[in-house]
Amino acid sequence: MGNKVLMKGNEAVAEAAIRSGCRLYFAYPITPQSELIEYMAKMMPKVKGTFLQAESEVAAINMVYGAAGMGKRVMTSSSSPGISLKMEGISYLAGARLPAVIINVQRGGPGLGDIQPAQGDYFQATKGGGHGDYRLIVLAPSSVQEFADMASDSFDLADKYRVPVMILSDGLLGQMMEPVEFKEYKTDKEIEELGKQHYDWCIHTNEDGKGHHHNEINSLEIDPNVLERHVLNLEQIYKEIEKNEVKHEEYNINDNNEFVCVAFGTAARIVKSAIDDLNAEGRNIGLIRPITVWPYPYKEIAKTIHGNVKRVFVFELNLGQMVEDVKLAVNGKVPVEFMGKVGGLVFTPEEIKEKIKAYL
Amino acid sequence: MKSEMIFSGFGGQGALAIGKFIAQSAMSEGKNVSWLPSYGPEMRGGTANVSVVVSDTEIASPVVSFPHIMVALNQPSLDKFGPSVKANGLIVVNEDLCPNVVKRDGVDYVVAPLNKISKEIGDDKVLNMIAIGIIIEKTNIIKYDTLADHLTSFLKDRNAELLALNLEAIKKGMELAR
Amino acid sequence: MAIIAKRPDSLREVSFTYCPGCMHGVAHRLIAETVDELGLKNQMTGVAPVGCSVFAYKFFDFDMAQAAHGRAPAVATGMKRARPEMNVFTYQGDGDLAAIGTAEIVHAANRGEHISVFFVNNAIYGMTGGQMAPTTLPGMKTTTSPYGRDANDIGYPVRVCELLNTLEAPYYIERVSLLSVPEIIKAKKAVQKALTYNKEGRGFTFIEFVSTCPTNWGLDPVKSQQWAKENMIPFFKPGVFRDKGTEGGQK
Repeated sequence: MGNKVLMKGNEAVAEAAIRSGCRLYFAYPITPQSELIEYMAKMMPKVKGTFLQAESEVAAINMVYGAAGMGKRVMTSSSSPGISLKMEGISYLAGARLPAVIINVQRGGPGLGDIQPAQGDYFQATKGGGHGDYRLIVLAPSSVQEFADMASDSFDLADKYRVPVMILSDGLLGQMMEPVEFKEYKTDKEIEELGKQHYDWCIHTNEDGKGHHHNEINSLEIDPNVLERHVLNLEQIYKEIEKNEVKHEEYNINDNNEFVCVAFGTAARIVKSAIDDLNAEGRNIGLIRPITVWPYPYKEIAKTIHGNVKRVFVFELNLGQMVEDVKLAVNGKVPVEFMGKVGGLVFTPEEIKEKIKAYL
Repeated sequence: MKSEMIFSGFGGQGALAIGKFIAQSAMSEGKNVSWLPSYGPEMRGGTANVSVVVSDTEIASPVVSFPHIMVALNQPSLDKFGPSVKANGLIVVNEDLCPNVVKRDGVDYVVAPLNKISKEIGDDKVLNMIAIGIIIEKTNIIKYDTLADHLTSFLKDRNAELLALNLEAIKKGMELAR
Repeated sequence: MAIIAKRPDSLREVSFTYCPGCMHGVAHRLIAETVDELGLKNQMTGVAPVGCSVFAYKFFDFDMAQAAHGRAPAVATGMKRARPEMNVFTYQGDGDLAAIGTAEIVHAANRGEHISVFFVNNAIYGMTGGQMAPTTLPGMKTTTSPYGRDANDIGYPVRVCELLNTLEAPYYIERVSLLSVPEIIKAKKAVQKALTYNKEGRGFTFIEFVSTCPTNWGLDPVKSQQWAKENMIPFFKPGVFRDKGTEGGQK
């Protein structure tokens, strides 16, 4: 510990996943997440783990479904178009209540789009994407260190609630190198114990001393009354997650803020630069950065909208997606302004300052 | 203190590596760093480039629009990034591949034939190390010793000859900048 | 009193959901009996498809998974890789395996995944009500080929065993039928071979069962058997396509 290494986000999250006990990884190549799959190809054999390049994103997520059903820590990664292909499988993971980690290194869309950083998959990640009533826990990192830390956090959350967890990153965080400090490797024994915590539901041999069992990994409930119970049970789990797992960062939030900005991931970093400059000129502007974008910090944002706050600004690398959640949080108390950047372009601090200055 | 830099050139000239060595050394000296490369088709267009930020405090935006320091290993890089370098900034120009250098007032220029010099040293590959030498001499972003230690630990057992060439190239760059 | 017939241990006391005259029950039984005989029940697991056998996960008396349509070979890949100490099979119909799941079966076979695939081919989509399958015969009428399958328009039936037999990795590929008692006895031997190879970790094993669908064909069970013998068998010829476990192996 205490050793910082300079690493790309794509590689750092892969290394951190291995250290958190992930020994199964299935994926299909796509830019800008290639370093992630390549890192796994290189490192998994060294820890006697499974790396498998699947024939498609669809196959990869279904391999994840199979491995997760065995109660093991398993991960896949892709970028936007590939995540769309995985959506079928993600819905099945949610329906069958399987813990798994999915990484989206977002790029510009729609369609094939481009390979530059974007945040256009916010709706897909937080509001559905796949079919049916389900939620993903979605974590949005804004530095390479946080990206890496989220690997172990997401496995813990997935195991705790038996739900799939997504890390919603982007091409900038994937490609960028920053210093990162890793946690220790989990030992083989610790990893084995992690698997055993799921023995009451997962597929495993009958030779664990507990006698015969018939566990089913399944999302099909043909009787509507049974399916209703299942979905209501999911709702209870989602409520529990909303109660316990909301995370956000406050940056220069105080009682005298005149403006409050809201941004997540990469966009939040650019906004920080812009408000640093404006605050140096005598303004008092704060930033709320949702770290979990589902569950969303509605209450936490609402709390910052006190009498002095005149306006809320939302900055995203899309046409305006998270802004809908911010408006729900603000609930009409003050105007909410939005600025987006699309096409895989990233706004500069200057552009953000200009937007805010127009309202001074 | 915060320094923002852009290093740019044709793919294969080692512009991204300039950034990596500077970021790595600055990190060893306890600084915050970020290294953000261009990627994709842009790499083939003549300006494979990387934005590097070195700072005493947390780095917010890793995107550099107005660099303090810019290295142009070829003409498209100089044309693209030269105009955005900050006043009192530093531009390092590879004269061999930049036939058209129009100097701006208030910006410090080091213009040198980096291809020619690297050939004289004995290996084309050390071209980018000359540029790093220039930056070491002109600024206090990183110390020569930090980079030398880093290169030594990396190359000593793998390629001692290349290590010697690299160190020579850095020193040559430092001389040029004096 | 000697017991001469009983439910295999590996089948649960759950009623099948299949139509009268359907052969899925027979195919299930062959698998379950073999699992018992090989003493595999404690480490056996399987994947149910989407199709008539979607509830197969309820019928076998060991842990089971249910997969998205066509994805069973990918799910089984993940399962086997996660717990190599277990023996994994998939059970799939013709729409699941040879249409929507074509990529998954070809690539699982091509990787030589250490799983067994049991493929039931009755030339029709049963669960959704008798639509055309990738194995529907030319001229055969279904609800989505009401004028008969026109091979010039929609192509010919897919012969999966022959297709997979072009790949290097598969260890054992055989087509059997469930169209008479002697054929069922032969089919049992193929299942025994596949699961023995599976137990021994030899590689990818694949059994195709030529079967019937009395309900959607609109024929009684006996006539269905007769129809399949006359029409399906000439097109889907039974035989061992690949057996690397025998002397001289390949064919």
